[in-house]
Amino acid sequence: MHIVDGVLSAPVLAGGTVLAVAGIARGLKTLEPDHLPRVAVLSSAFFVASLVHVPVGPTSTHMLLSGLVGLALGWAAFPAIAVALFLQAMVFGFGGLTALGVNIVNMAAPAVLVHYLCRPGLCRAEPAALFGWGLAAGTLAIALSVLMVGLALAASGRAFIPAAELIFVTHLPVMAIEGLLVGAAVVLARQVKPGLFDFTPVAPAWVEAGDD
Amino acid sequence: MIGASVPADSLLDVLDARLRLLAALSFALVVVSSRGFLAPALANAAALVLVVVARLPLDRTLHRLLHVDGFILLALATLPFSTPGDIAFSLGPLAASRQGLAQAGLIALQANAAILALFALVASLETVSLGRALAGLQVSPKLVQLLLMTVRYISVIEREYRSLRLAMKARAFRARSDRHTWRSFGYLFGMLLVRSFDRAERILIAMKCRGFDGRFPVAEHARFNRRDLWCGLGWLAVLGLLIGIDRI
Repeated sequence: MHIVDGVLSAPVLAGGTVLAVAGIARGLKTLEPDHLPRVAVLSSAFFVASLVHVPVGPTSTHMLLSGLVGLALGWAAFPAIAVALFLQAMVFGFGGLTALGVNIVNMAAPAVLVHYLCRPGLCRAEPAALFGWGLAAGTLAIALSVLMVGLALAASGRAFIPAAELIFVTHLPVMAIEGLLVGAAVVLARQVKPGLFDFTPVAPAWVEAGDD
Repeated sequence: MIGASVPADSLLDVLDARLRLLAALSFALVVVSSRGFLAPALANAAALVLVVVARLPLDRTLHRLLHVDGFILLALATLPFSTPGDIAFSLGPLAASRQGLAQAGLIALQANAAILALFALVASLETVSLGRALAGLQVSPKLVQLLLMTVRYISVIEREYRSLRLAMKARAFRARSDRHTWRSFGYLFGMLLVRSFDRAERILIAMKCRGFDGRFPVAEHARFNRRDLWCGLGWLAVLGLLIGIDRI
């Protein structure tokens, strides 16, 4: 879903960059230094997830997990996703420097929105409804991202509208799979570690030897 | 950077990392805003020179580039069919226009040049120099720290992921296209999330043990010296030339 360099028009690029900077600034402002490691490991996890391919019918899709990152981080998802996308551009060349702002907004804004729409329900949900909230978060995040990619393309020229439609149609199965995955992920996360999505202050009771 | 071997002692390494970042960004902006074919083509040549000067391993760089180009072409595949103009060829009911093909080719050239320059100028930087350069360019210290920590922990989280996958394999899990597979992958990522958060707690403890008080000291970056100035001016001349060629 990355948009490559050279496709978007100058106003779209500029607008995307401004919005990305604003979003990152907002995310950093409320980010306690003590939460830095948490955001960093989730940013790493987001990066790693993009390398994992899950079979869908005859093909496969890679995971995005922006919904999960949004649920867990809120506004901090903006800098987390920004860093991961920057690294993807550096390491694999996906996207590019000029389109980076637009790509960040396309992925991170839906993640933040999902946080506010789905997390309150998710935190209060009965176990039976938990999966549904996760499903909604995962599906919605991808659907909104795809929609925003389409809007950015359409705003850059009429010739890109078929491409935008094609992207939307080919991502329908991705939305469904992401929903199922995020649903299962939140069910498990809450069983193993209740309160994971409640942003409790980091107060570890034990220290384990590790290579940190 | 991550996984990529940082080539030893290239000519670019004597330059200020801030200069390299700004050079890659300005190059991308100039290339992307060009209208003709000549300037992006020359830009590709210039970027190739940079790749050689940066002493990137050629085979690996080209391999990476092929991946990227496949991605770019896929993204542009519909463009010839949706741009009105003279018909170049048709696939069934779809007709590809000459103008659309030209447009797609132009974008591919531009994206290719920008990515090559990014590989040569920025991706070849050591992570620490990149962080320092970003801090030197007034990027928020928190964001720089986040970047450095993310680079550090990608390999850790990947190892975590691999060990979870190995445990699934040991239980005879095979990825298929069914509900069970997707649920299992969901559990896998849920577990990865839990483990990531546990890991983050331990990292924070380790940082506090070493006196972390919310700020990271950033070492003073290298001074912008005369050599950087000349190289910067040379780069501006190259960019000016590209813009000039494009305008004619």
